[in-house]
Amino acid sequence: MKKATRILAVLCLLALFVCMFSACGSKVQLKILDTAYAEEDYAICFAKNSEWTEPVNSALEELIADGTVKAIIDKYINGVENDLVFQQDVAADAEELHMATNAEFPPYEYHEGDSIVGIDAEIASAIADKLGMKLVIDDMAFDSIIPAVTSGKADFGMAGMTVTEDRLQSVDFSTSYATGVQVVIVTDDSEITSVDDLFETGGYTIGVQTNTTGDLYSTWDIEDEGLGTVQRYNKGADAVQALVTGKVDCVVIDNEPAKAFVEANNK
Amino acid sequence: MAEWFAGVSASVSQWFADVKADFILNFIKEDRWKYLLNGLGVTLKITLVAVLLGIVIGVVVAIVRSTYDKNYDRMRKGPGRGFLRLFNAIAKIYLTVVRGTPVVVQLMIIYYIIFASSNNGVMIAMLAFGINSGAYVAEIIRSGIMSIDNGQFEAGRSMGFNYVQTMRYIIIPQALKNVLPALANEFIVLLKETSVAGYVSVEDLTKGGDIIRGRTYSAFMPLFAVALIYLVLVMFFTWLVGKLERRLRSSDH
Repeated sequence: MKKATRILAVLCLLALFVCMFSACGSKVQLKILDTAYAEEDYAICFAKNSEWTEPVNSALEELIADGTVKAIIDKYINGVENDLVFQQDVAADAEELHMATNAEFPPYEYHEGDSIVGIDAEIASAIADKLGMKLVIDDMAFDSIIPAVTSGKADFGMAGMTVTEDRLQSVDFSTSYATGVQVVIVTDDSEITSVDDLFETGGYTIGVQTNTTGDLYSTWDIEDEGLGTVQRYNKGADAVQALVTGKVDCVVIDNEPAKAFVEANNK
Repeated sequence: MAEWFAGVSASVSQWFADVKADFILNFIKEDRWKYLLNGLGVTLKITLVAVLLGIVIGVVVAIVRSTYDKNYDRMRKGPGRGFLRLFNAIAKIYLTVVRGTPVVVQLMIIYYIIFASSNNGVMIAMLAFGINSGAYVAEIIRSGIMSIDNGQFEAGRSMGFNYVQTMRYIIIPQALKNVLPALANEFIVLLKETSVAGYVSVEDLTKGGDIIRGRTYSAFMPLFAVALIYLVLVMFFTWLVGKLERRLRSSDH
């Protein structure tokens, strides 16, 4: 009995490994279309009538005016080094400023070693410095950021969030601090050669990360118009995985994470 | 006093106006209620197919397992005994693997690796939840079969029923009646477990609520709406199972 079970278990494991390797074997190359899908402005969000809206927003405006924000963005997107350091001399008993984010969105926020870094994380650190506070970053699912902010668990949310009319009814937004570009990722041999194909040929299945700008725009412009269907994944990486396995025809996603995903896949 | 009253009534009407605006934003505008309605349909579809699949797998596995436990030692040597041993080993591996890994992980493995070429997420979810539920149902039904006194079985055989007939007419009906509450429990757990189907881009009820939340950045109303719908569903099914139990109890004398 024992022996038969063991042999069967080994056989099952072998079958699993064979499946895994055969799945890895057929490598699909990805590319980003030259034309962008859309552009949008990112902003910090606050609970309605939050006490933090005014101080954080004015700190952010000062940072935009003195070029700090631009330097941070240049560092992460264009690789321009700078000697700015934040959160160096914070008093040990300084009050904590909580930022809610979803640290799976390079280069805006992502894990590096034990800490969360990125454009949003550094701008938030600079804001905390201006206010003389200690920044605490709370990493959570993207969908949990708004409940965290409106319930007061976090003081503000910062995760490459786009301002829309409907969202303004529920939360307040700061001045926008960065411009994101939405691009389309396709497989190397795809029949989609430009963004216009999505509208003109139509009938494509588009993979997106749920509730990102790519999701909103492709829902409004394509799904609601009957020009195709949108498949919504919890993570950008899942949508790209679906593209590699042929479950979707293209992925609409932010330019910077798109570059990271394509590079990782084509390695 | 009158002033105080006017203040209260003003804030109450303000509260109602806020709730109404919130409701319109979250459910009426851009036909957002459709996310919930379609999601409800998908949730029900996945649950019903998964329950049926789970019961079929569960009954087969339970019969193999309990037959092995009850009869293996007394069986004559031969191919039948060998097959029983093989099937029992397969059933045990199935139970170990399925009960030993989280359903979300199983769902992702089935979606991204085993059925990598299919993009019918709903069908894959049905299959994944059915396979998952089958393992739990198998143990529930096995406990029912093992709870029937061996005398019942011997009586059936003495009356000239063969093994299958005894199982079919005497053991399984009594076993099912005993395990009905546990099965209903499994069904309710399954209904709520399908809420992780969103991981593979299936737009079920929970995902529908999440989509609305992301569109409006409204934190709580879509969540409460989703919770309320699940609650009503579970209450309805509990009531249904209660009725069934009363029907079956009418044979108790």
